[in-house]
Amino acid sequence: MEHAATPSWAMLAYLASGVLFILALRGLSSPASSRAGNRYGMIGMLIAVVTTLVTHQIAALPEILAAIAIGGGIGWVIARKIAMTDMPQLVAAFHSLVGLAAVLVGWAAYLNPEAFGILGADGLINPVSRVEAGLGIAIGAITFSGSVIAFLKLAGKMSGAPILLPARHVINLGALLAILGLIGYFTLDQQVWVIATITVLSFIIGFLLIIPIGGADMPVVVSMLNSYSGWAAAAMGFTLHNTAMIITGALVGSSGAILSYIMCKAMNRSFISVIAGGFGADASAGGGEAREQRPWKRGSAEDAAYMLGEAEKVIIIPGYGMAVSQAQHALREMADLLKAKGVEVKYAIHPVAGRMPGHMNVLLAEAQVPYDEVFELEDINSEFATADVAFIIGANDVVNPAAKTDKSSPIYGMPVFDVDKAKQVFFIKRSMGGVGYAGVDNDVFYMDQTLMLLADAKKMVEDINKGLAH
Amino acid sequence: MDFISILSIFVMACFVGYYVVWSVTPALHTPLMAVTNAISSVIIVGALIAAAAAGSASSKWLGLLAVVLASVNIFGGFAVTARMLAMYKKKDRAAPTPSGEGSK
Repeated sequence: MEHAATPSWAMLAYLASGVLFILALRGLSSPASSRAGNRYGMIGMLIAVVTTLVTHQIAALPEILAAIAIGGGIGWVIARKIAMTDMPQLVAAFHSLVGLAAVLVGWAAYLNPEAFGILGADGLINPVSRVEAGLGIAIGAITFSGSVIAFLKLAGKMSGAPILLPARHVINLGALLAILGLIGYFTLDQQVWVIATITVLSFIIGFLLIIPIGGADMPVVVSMLNSYSGWAAAAMGFTLHNTAMIITGALVGSSGAILSYIMCKAMNRSFISVIAGGFGADASAGGGEAREQRPWKRGSAEDAAYMLGEAEKVIIIPGYGMAVSQAQHALREMADLLKAKGVEVKYAIHPVAGRMPGHMNVLLAEAQVPYDEVFELEDINSEFATADVAFIIGANDVVNPAAKTDKSSPIYGMPVFDVDKAKQVFFIKRSMGGVGYAGVDNDVFYMDQTLMLLADAKKMVEDINKGLAH
Repeated sequence: MDFISILSIFVMACFVGYYVVWSVTPALHTPLMAVTNAISSVIIVGALIAAAAAGSASSKWLGLLAVVLASVNIFGGFAVTARMLAMYKKKDRAAPTPSGEGSK
């Protein structure tokens, strides 16, 4: 392989930027070291970009700098303006850009193989490089169209309900096999129709893969697309023989894969069943007739404020509903008022609360909740027995005891909070009509110690705060 | 570099990624996604090569477009990560945020 000889200093520079990216992720092991980690990441990126510019004869420097300025400006403004509640759709949108960039780079390599150093002695592209570029384009295209659908669903521009096509498994599997077959064929014949068909089929399959997946499974989807964007970068790294890209691709790929695994485990679902999609579509249809009217108690903000004020220990369980109504600031004020009265307040976060991994933690951090008051499921679940109040705000499935007892329930086996052990449960919910995303009824509504607080989450918490203030 | 050396780097990096990512605290999983998103835009290296090279006009324009997309991600990804991480700072609650700050 007569690779357009990269000087050894440049190879070392790419290695250094790969190491800096590892340090960037390593920094996230604690909030204290995380900001330094982020700076390592920026330095690593700067090294990679400058090294590339210096080692290549730049035929178009003004255009390149303009392109960086345009893209960078757009990215910077978006990052400044975005509301923290919109983080899941922002991440999905960013994933789609990585995917599309991978497709473009793959095509550029195909059109100008000499510049990428992948031209063989026979005047054709090296067969190995064809496989690498083909894979990069395919993964990139799947990442792109899948992320666009995920973005539309998360941003509410498209129904979050699963859309089920007939025979979708056959279509998806067929398209996937066709892509792999074409990548194989690409090594024999490098005509443009082969790579074009690979690209188009991959765009279609990315779209088909995500439309049948419902809203509650979005944390898995976002993590999975994160992983794909990494593998796309790695495939391009193989094409370019670039260490920085390969290391980064492997890091991001494993990161997304691990997050998907954590999310699946937190829902007790297999990765395959999430990908197959359709969760929540049939359960809500069947559950309707079987539900009988059961008695439940409705509470007012005054009742809640009085009982919260009398409590010794309150555990707050936030969910997606808190994000939707932007109640995190009011919630933190409530916690402050309670702490002023000598009440111990803790927050309990389920791994799949919200629409992406860690979503609730970021919202609470935004509201200036100290992170040492925020606990993970396994660390706090035993404490409900000693809690006076479990305060559920915008969560539902993650407190449903059916996950522990009802084998026929779609959420059976999912680890849930033992809120039934708390002396008193407050459940903030918009109305009694809606059930959680899994479409199952929740016994917690009907327990003796439960008071349903039916209102918009933010409004209800603000009313409770008024009650607590005097 | 031959294919086997590159593959070795890749496999080792997968293992490094595995252990590093498991050590990330769950509270920082959202910043983790944002920062992995930013660094995966190192694909800009390929985009720059295409944009810088003479020889194929179409390749150059594809490269420039990819540079724009990757730059959105790099600047946006790192900036939004920095913004999130700043919220995890240990701080005295001397100056509470004015309410409604997060509501666009």
